[in-house]
Amino acid sequence: MAIRDETRMLLESMGRLFEDKCTKQVVDAAETGVFAADLWQAVSETGVPLAALPESAGGADAEWADLYAALRVAGRFSAPIPLAETMLAGWVASSAGLDIGDGPMTVGPVRSGDRLTLARDGNGWSLTGTASRLPYASFVQQIVLIADGPDGEMAVVLDAAAAPAAEKGKNIANESRDTLMFDGFHVEADAAASLPDGVSRAGLYRRGALARATMMSGALERAMDLAVTYAQERVQFGRPISKFQAVQQNLAVLAEQTAVAVAASNLGIEALSSGDGDYEELQIAIAKTRVGEAATLACELAHQVHGAIGFTKEYSLQLATRRLWSWREEFGSDPEWAAKVGTILCGKGADNLWSILTDGP
Amino acid sequence: MATPMFRFDPVQLPPEAIKLRGEVREFIQEHKAVMGFTRGEHNREFSRAMGKKGWIGMTWPKQYGGSERTSFERYVVIEEMLVAGAPLSAHYTGDRQSGPNILRFGTEEQKMYFCPKIAAGELTFCIGMSEPNAGSDVAGTRTRAVKVDGGYRINGTKLWTSNAHRADFAILFCKMAQNDVEVTDRHAGATQFLLDLKTPGIEIRPVINLLGEHHFNEIFLTDVFVPDHLLLGKEGNGWNQLTSELAFERSAPDRFLVFFQMLQQMIRMAGPNPDKATAVALGKLISQLATLRSMSVSIAGMLMEGLQPNNESAVVKDLGTRYEQDIPVIARQLFPMETELQAIDLYASMIARVTMNAPRLSIQGGTREILRGIIARGLGLR
Repeated sequence: MAIRDETRMLLESMGRLFEDKCTKQVVDAAETGVFAADLWQAVSETGVPLAALPESAGGADAEWADLYAALRVAGRFSAPIPLAETMLAGWVASSAGLDIGDGPMTVGPVRSGDRLTLARDGNGWSLTGTASRLPYASFVQQIVLIADGPDGEMAVVLDAAAAPAAEKGKNIANESRDTLMFDGFHVEADAAASLPDGVSRAGLYRRGALARATMMSGALERAMDLAVTYAQERVQFGRPISKFQAVQQNLAVLAEQTAVAVAASNLGIEALSSGDGDYEELQIAIAKTRVGEAATLACELAHQVHGAIGFTKEYSLQLATRRLWSWREEFGSDPEWAAKVGTILCGKGADNLWSILTDGP
Repeated sequence: MATPMFRFDPVQLPPEAIKLRGEVREFIQEHKAVMGFTRGEHNREFSRAMGKKGWIGMTWPKQYGGSERTSFERYVVIEEMLVAGAPLSAHYTGDRQSGPNILRFGTEEQKMYFCPKIAAGELTFCIGMSEPNAGSDVAGTRTRAVKVDGGYRINGTKLWTSNAHRADFAILFCKMAQNDVEVTDRHAGATQFLLDLKTPGIEIRPVINLLGEHHFNEIFLTDVFVPDHLLLGKEGNGWNQLTSELAFERSAPDRFLVFFQMLQQMIRMAGPNPDKATAVALGKLISQLATLRSMSVSIAGMLMEGLQPNNESAVVKDLGTRYEQDIPVIARQLFPMETELQAIDLYASMIARVTMNAPRLSIQGGTREILRGIIARGLGLR
């Protein structure tokens, strides 16, 4: 009931675009280390990557809820592009009043322990520290980072071509995850600026976690769709394996976990409009925890239903499951976020548990 | 995608439901202080007090004793009561399923007679479905009704009937006797009756559960006469009616809030600065609970829209009972303790109770296997 018509239309058009442009061949090619430029171009033309920005900054003042819903569609199609990263990079940079281009971007730090610092350097700044495993850093035009400045957190926009050479890495879905080390790297004065209240490293981290959780819910929809379809086609013992109760029970649990993942990620998405950082933090922590748990069980079941074919490179299931296994660890694993949920609620005390769960921001 | 997806669109509770929550919490505090709460206790005084507030049969039309409130308001009342461990047993079955069933299929006279009494907390219902040889396979009922002058004569046995020894009425599921006719449709002749438990020919015997408590009963019906005006719905329509009744039963939020106080006690045991492993374990449970609750509120929204979320209800019940059954498992890992039902230590007695109660959760109201079968059917696999 809460899904708006505009949202539904956006999701349908994104679905058609990915169906057309994000085929298995495109994902396979991207996994060899080639940027999916045509796909990015098509997605970029929809305006979705920068839609959250104010109109004055070239955006469309779009609702974050709608953009996260678009990320779910991207996750469903294993889209090998920095869509979430560009959305978040645009948000951080434009919040600080910094100019960005219209190409793909990445954003960091993406790890809770990574710290970057900015020190005065003549008219400009000097950047020091490590940004580990930045998604697609070698393929983007700009890199947006949050660093500790002399008077608080600041945003930095770097031209990727001029950044220090990256140490290449990738996750198990062969998505690029490059590490950049800065040691007194010079940043021009107009490429760094203070962040306003409400935009922070912690805020970026949790919105990144929610992006992964939401993409995971889409990937789970795909894994479930493949498993249900396959079970109805695969014949053994003279009938489709979907007719066996043991298989039906596995598929039922897979469907449950998929529904849970969508619902849990929606909890985090709903909190984005609350304007309350603590509330947003808790809801996203709940979302990443629950989606991660769901993914672990659902991947196991989707593979079990598929048998040996699901374990091949040729068949599509692994496009979804290798991403699920990667994304559940990124921007904080489910145990990391579960510890946060447990710590927050234990700190508030048992007598406040129920009101925290029910009373909203 | 070709595969049906179970949708739980996010729903925000409307302002009137949020406002009501405060009122419900005050009511609970007031009554808890006076009478003390025992979950599952049959407490007609409390039910009458809820009836006075208009909190039983909340969504029903006013002419039948209801308050014409929204499903969301009803949801808030129920979840607050469950979390507080309020004694709902005397009216909950009537509120949740018997009343709605009568409103849907009953005659005008039945609606006018029964529903206002249920809503006032004056009339207790129990569920006459299961039998010794018809558990999950309810359609296998052997209880038979024969049409006689002015009514029906019924013979058979019901089992696992919670509260029968304290209830006033049961909605009885049975079949019309088919005189040696070969029947291929397993649902043929299924019929429901409103059975006054004081009718001659009814014998109610206790079945003591593994905690040593008396909730279950076995009901023997020997030539029990039920007058025509207590037939519910139509002869032969019983299976359809029962399916609808079960959907009411399964869509309630009581499938994941039964052990809430145990979870609270675990948080107390953990203290304000838990170690990492404890925080992770509790954080996982809390995340499950928060997600289940959002899905359950979403179901309340579907009910508001007049949808029949049978598949979604099965999903939430199965996930909810899994979560609840994990609570004692995790409790004993985090805080091992020898359990004792009558222990003075609150945690030791709670974990004893929760451990022993856990198995029933994935059996009552549809076993785990039956629910997953429903979900599989929803996926188009059966």
